[in-house]
Amino acid sequence: MTAEHPPIRLLTLYDDVMNVYADRGNAIAIQARARARGLAVESCSVSLGDPLPDAADLLLIGGGQDREQRRIADELAGRGERLRAWADDGVAMLAVCGGFQLFGHWYRDTAGDELPGAGVFDVTTVAPGPGWPRCIGDVLAHAIDDGIGEVVGFENHGGRTYLGARARPFAMVEFGYGNNGADGTEGAVRDRAIGTYLHGSVLPKNPALIDHLLAGALSHRAGNAVRLAPLLPGYAERAHAAAAAVARARAPRFDRSARPAV
Amino acid sequence: MPDASLRERSAVLIGRVAGAATRRLGRGGGTALPGLVASRIAPGLLSTFARALAEGVVTITGTNGKTTTAHLLTAIARADGREVVANDSGSNMERGLVSMFVDARGSDGAHRLGVLEIDEAELPRLYSRLRPRVAVFLNLFRDQLDRYGEVDSVAEGWASALAAAAGSTETTLVLNADDPSVARLAEHSGGRVVTFGVDDPTAALPGREHAADARFCACGARFEYSAVHMGHVGHWRCPACGAARAAPDVSARRIVLEADRTEVDFTIAGEPCRLTLPLAGLYSVYNALAAAAAAHALGIAADVITASLAHAAPAFGRQEEFALDGRTVRMWLAKNPTGLNEVLRALVAAGPSLCLLVLLNDGIQDGRDVSWIYDADVERLAPLAPSVVCSGDRAADLGLRFALAGIEPALVEPDAERALDAALARTPAGGRLEIVPTYTAMLHMRALLARRTGVASYWEDART
Repeated sequence: MTAEHPPIRLLTLYDDVMNVYADRGNAIAIQARARARGLAVESCSVSLGDPLPDAADLLLIGGGQDREQRRIADELAGRGERLRAWADDGVAMLAVCGGFQLFGHWYRDTAGDELPGAGVFDVTTVAPGPGWPRCIGDVLAHAIDDGIGEVVGFENHGGRTYLGARARPFAMVEFGYGNNGADGTEGAVRDRAIGTYLHGSVLPKNPALIDHLLAGALSHRAGNAVRLAPLLPGYAERAHAAAAAVARARAPRFDRSARPAV
Repeated sequence: MPDASLRERSAVLIGRVAGAATRRLGRGGGTALPGLVASRIAPGLLSTFARALAEGVVTITGTNGKTTTAHLLTAIARADGREVVANDSGSNMERGLVSMFVDARGSDGAHRLGVLEIDEAELPRLYSRLRPRVAVFLNLFRDQLDRYGEVDSVAEGWASALAAAAGSTETTLVLNADDPSVARLAEHSGGRVVTFGVDDPTAALPGREHAADARFCACGARFEYSAVHMGHVGHWRCPACGAARAAPDVSARRIVLEADRTEVDFTIAGEPCRLTLPLAGLYSVYNALAAAAAAHALGIAADVITASLAHAAPAFGRQEEFALDGRTVRMWLAKNPTGLNEVLRALVAAGPSLCLLVLLNDGIQDGRDVSWIYDADVERLAPLAPSVVCSGDRAADLGLRFALAGIEPALVEPDAERALDAALARTPAGGRLEIVPTYTAMLHMRALLARRTGVASYWEDART
């Protein structure tokens, strides 16, 4: 599980535009965890107007405000076919918040404009407009996929995301609002691609989720399934436990009739 | 308060009683309750108070530097012989402002100039009621997205408040020329505009910082920078529409950053000035320039401005120093990515053998979302191999952030008092412990230090 593997090709998309909620912590944590495991990572950053590389094993995109989403939506949607093919090929992905919304089919923003999405996930998102409070607060959810377990983070979104018939949720919310505050789902999954509303940043304090993405990226790189040995618990596990305690203490227990406070 | 109605006068008296009662019960400084009570009884009280100030009101708003800028301007105005009423306990929402007026003894005309720091999200609501003579806009950075919402909505709020008052020429705008979100407020001004900025090439960072917010011009193009001073603040221009930073009226030409002071050569409307500012960090220079520009807008002479800035004491929790257990303890409030970046930059300038106590709380006033620590360039400290104790409600998140930056924390201890003792023990005798807290952690830490060193609490301080 080490240097025999060629480096993982990490691609960060629009990280100079979609960077409002500190999601760069995800890239920092991936690099550090890979280093701790003796895995080499080759990173590449693609922004507006830059060409996509020929290949990638792990892709990250973060959240942004409506303004930033409008800026990237057309170009990203134009790359949808490529990104969907990558997802089908088993590229690991993490799309957070505004990035998750634009990895769906479309996002109708607060101005009522419909922004096209890349269509990686079978989801659609509507910003319900004035009178509908944002979903803001700590989240504790349980991932559907084996091995990831409890995930913790912080959500802050106006848009409500609804899963289509072909979409699987990433997690089910125990504390917090999740995709839409109504069906208890959080995020979406397609093969090794994960969409989520969680900031925090989410990866630093969810080491099992990093390992899931790293194993997926390595498997893509190697062409066969790769498993990672566990690491000793450290700062990440402590931060996870602290965030979980905070969510349990002050986030609303998920209740489909509950609405975020104004 | 000559124009006050009977109802307003009663509201003031009742508010004072409420404030005195809170303090007597030991429930803190009573900085919000008197205002809350009094505004309930007389909702127009804030306008009445503002109108009663013979020399008018200066408002100071922005994400970072409000308290220090207000503190510096207050010192300058007092040195110029003006009587100042200021919300120097940092209570900068409506109820805090009303409380301050309610508590200000002799508020019936004896105080003449109001120096008011205003919460950036509250400014649009308060602007027309305060009708400031001078309105200072410092900067606009991402801060507590869970509370303020997104940065754009704050900028839009400022612009529409100014646009609504654009017919009037009574307000002089004091604007940061280097922050495009602030500089472009000039388009909404009906009156005079005084700008401030930095023109020393050594102040520029080697590249863009991650936590840069105004990357794009209103016309849609990406700003270009010939120098970046912090975040998105620097020498900007839009290649598409031609909007660009204009040469500022108050300009820092030469800046020498030292561990605990800063040499600044600057000009006020062309007149050269020189001073040693007893504060560290480039952000302190910006605050001093803002105070100088506001004082200039009030007609205060350059020599009075320079002399007062040279003797300025730090504001509450902002580079305040305490002597404790044979060590010097210095407190640096940091509550958002750019603020923390600037504090880290000043600490790097302060040199090696750095002993740090960092506290991260996640209360409402701190921001419940602690994601922002990943926007700050904590990695900058790694070459100094500092001794770091992480504390506060989210000590574990902070410990992880430092570990990811390649700085193994010496200790992760959520309890602030135990963390303080541990950090002091790790600081050599005669050395300096630098404490970097978020807002509520600063209040807590300052209360601890006040108890141990006998320095006044903030509500006593605010009355001196």
